Amino acid sequence: MAALQENQSLTEARLAQVPPQGAGWANTARGAALARVRAMGLPQRRDEYWKYTRPDSLVQVEAPKAALFDHDTGSVFEAGERLKIVFVDGVFDAVTSDDLAMEDVTIERLSEVTNTDIHWAKDVYGELEARGQNPVARPLAALNTGLASDGVVIHVRGRVSKPINLIYIHNSTGSDAILHHVIRLDPGTELTLMEDGPAAARLNMVLEVDVADGAKFHHVRSQGRDHERRAVTHVFARLGAASLFKSFTMTANGKLTRNECVIELTGDDAVAHVAGVAMGDGDFHHDDTVFITHDARACESRQVFKKVLRNGATGVFQGKILVKQIAQKTDGYQISQALMLDEDSQFLAKPELEIYADDVVCSHGSTSGAIDEEALFYMRARGVPKDIATDLLTLAFLAEAVEEVEDAALRAAINAQLEGWLLRRRG
Amino acid sequence: MAIVDDMQAKDGVDQETVEAVRDVGGTYKYGWETDIEMEYAPKGLTPDIVRLISSKNDEPEWMTEWRLKAYERWLTRTEPDWAMIDYPEIDFQDIYYYARPKSMEVKPKSLDEVDPKLLATYAKLGIPLKEQMILAGVEGAGEAPAEGRKVAVDAVFDSVSVGTTFQAELKKAGVIFCSISEAIREHPELVKKYLGTVVPVSDNYYATLNSAVFSDGSFVYIPPGVRCPMELSTYFRINAENTGQFERTLIIADKGSYVSYLEGCTAPQRDTSQLHAAVVEIIIEEDAEVKYSTVQNWYPGDENGKGGIYNFVTKRADCRGDRAKVMWTQVETGSAVTWKYPSCILRGDDAQGEFYSIAITNNYQQADTGTKMIHLGKNTRSRIVSKGISAGHAQNTYRGLVSMHPKAKNSRNYTQCDSLLIGDKCGAHTVPYIEVKNNSSRVEHEATTSKVDDDQMFYCRQRGIGEEEAVALIVNGFAKEVLQALPMEFAMEAQALVAISLEGSVG
Repeated sequence: MAALQENQSLTEARLAQVPPQGAGWANTARGAALARVRAMGLPQRRDEYWKYTRPDSLVQVEAPKAALFDHDTGSVFEAGERLKIVFVDGVFDAVTSDDLAMEDVTIERLSEVTNTDIHWAKDVYGELEARGQNPVARPLAALNTGLASDGVVIHVRGRVSKPINLIYIHNSTGSDAILHHVIRLDPGTELTLMEDGPAAARLNMVLEVDVADGAKFHHVRSQGRDHERRAVTHVFARLGAASLFKSFTMTANGKLTRNECVIELTGDDAVAHVAGVAMGDGDFHHDDTVFITHDARACESRQVFKKVLRNGATGVFQGKILVKQIAQKTDGYQISQALMLDEDSQFLAKPELEIYADDVVCSHGSTSGAIDEEALFYMRARGVPKDIATDLLTLAFLAEAVEEVEDAALRAAINAQLEGWLLRRRG
Repeated sequence: MAIVDDMQAKDGVDQETVEAVRDVGGTYKYGWETDIEMEYAPKGLTPDIVRLISSKNDEPEWMTEWRLKAYERWLTRTEPDWAMIDYPEIDFQDIYYYARPKSMEVKPKSLDEVDPKLLATYAKLGIPLKEQMILAGVEGAGEAPAEGRKVAVDAVFDSVSVGTTFQAELKKAGVIFCSISEAIREHPELVKKYLGTVVPVSDNYYATLNSAVFSDGSFVYIPPGVRCPMELSTYFRINAENTGQFERTLIIADKGSYVSYLEGCTAPQRDTSQLHAAVVEIIIEEDAEVKYSTVQNWYPGDENGKGGIYNFVTKRADCRGDRAKVMWTQVETGSAVTWKYPSCILRGDDAQGEFYSIAITNNYQQADTGTKMIHLGKNTRSRIVSKGISAGHAQNTYRGLVSMHPKAKNSRNYTQCDSLLIGDKCGAHTVPYIEVKNNSSRVEHEATTSKVDDDQMFYCRQRGIGEEEAVALIVNGFAKEVLQALPMEFAMEAQALVAISLEGSVG
């Protein structure tokens, strides 16, 4: 009883922040979202879904301070052609952003469309998030829907010629960003979305993606190099028939990261791949929480998560494949692995399967351990110095996840970051 | 029964096999009831009932106090709800907590004095309580295995132990094997030292309940360096209606000793569900080894999910000494609801824990079962092999924890859990928790879910094997790794049980 009251007062304190006021449809969506938060309560340590990650600093009213990363923080995806959309501490920056006009796609700011009476985004904003609240509550996502003041709304009407790159700059030690993006892909269209940067001292980001039949969505994300930032992100995706969804996240550094990905396969023959690499050194807590629901026939889902941990870093993986009775011929795969470079780090995993259809192939694997001494010995015997051999084996360990990035140039950019991270820690 | 008829018609099938399968019968074979005069404690749970159970067992004061403390504790707790099982609320005040045959009022001095009706009950179950007869395991078709191995039996009927065989012979070896009620009276120093040290009174809701009201169960002590000369077993029979069975088993394997222990259970077929909440504690000292095998065949309820046993069991082994070893093997075919996680605490360095499980659910059965491997000592090893088979409308969940503590350097775990689904209305679920807190340990977890392979089915059918029989064959192959871990007599029975449990699940 006391716990319940405590949670209520905690939730109320957090909700004291006034949601953005607009004249349009969004008020209803925000109100409904805040009602969901009140009904669920904000996450607490005792919650089973937060068993391995302390939600306190993500929930508390004030964002904890986070020092800025003072080294070169250029975009990871500098090399390729792209349309840049920049947010500084969670606020759209028109000066450094490119012109939002591009063929086959309409890009608008969230704050603009929420003031209209009628907009397609009404059917998606908060809608996929609400669907994703069952069977597991995700109150921080509902909180985002209720309070988000900025973000982009993207309607894809064809094969977009160049990727869209959301760049998140962290510029103030106490910034508290709440970003909410909505993307709709019409049937048969295709888009690549990159996200890059730490965004703020504390980030709460929601991305809702509605992928229509036959559409393809590629998502490649890097969460910046700031050590002290905290982030909770949710990607909610709904997939139509024969559509494709691929999401890859690279996390190097960061005090606390919780990346949730909630995917619903609603059309036959859809394909969803979610992958991630996390590199942690010292004060680093990284949590991948994935929930994939197969609600149509002959869909494929794949989860590949790799973590490299050292100096007391913590890696968490909670992954679930839910196969409903209708979802015959499902092919589900899930792998979570941790490579622990020293004695102090830890890996906590809960890879789940929940299956109600009989004609399926589902498997999951999870391993953790130190670097393979035999492989290391083999390389050293052939004259490769120990630190280089260790790095090579680490990159080889990560490769299965990085390969989930289809575009070769983006893959190269990711690999360059990983190599750099290892190089800086050599010797 | 289709399987048996098919088999009779075929040439080349070993007649013995046919008989064995026919013997284990079609539907639940143990659904009959023994008509015997019973004595009950009043329904419901109060401190007076706890005192009554204690006094029926002639327990010393400290034991009564222990129970009452557990009862107080139980009042403050709520039933756990995290398992993937769904059952109507249990009215804990509508259960008899104590039921014993009237004839057991004065404890028989030897098996010769036991009510013939009770002896007949066990004989009918395939457990002859006569020492000259050699047991063929729990199921037993009554035939003695060729090499004539002996198995000592403690037979528990509702709330009391009816008798224990081979006590004299075991005593010669220094082994104590008796009912727990007897142990509390005869060996209080051992019971006091170990009871509740592996599964504390406050461990979980059902363990707390058990601590308050356990009526009987088995006690085993194997002295240092002794290899128990025969297999020990306990056979649990629930007979009385509306009665809960709460047994408590305590096994102590002192330094360098070895024992293999078997457990079997059945109950009559009834429309109302019955509660079974047991606690098993095993203490394993340095260099000792315990093998614990269970064939759980409680009444599972009928094909519409009516009746059946609710099986809420806490089993845990504490490998206290270095190089201590425990092996849990379970074949779970019965019960309407199973909630059971036999666990290993690997405290000593180089300790080993193994868990082999087959859980088969059919009709409306629900099983949420698995294990916990807690690695505390250095170089500890554990292995988990779990096979879940779901048919009909059943739900089958593997739930497990592998925990490597920071000090458990160079430890290893390997986990494999596979699920098989037969039919599209059942479910198979896997909920593993993996917690690794040092880097010299290696943890590997694998799980798969599939259906009975079409190619394998086709292969069998093409060779004239009936559909149900083919499924049984394939499932036996699927579960082979676990069946092989069972003592021989149990393995044979378990194979037959696999076929029986899946009856009617095809087509």
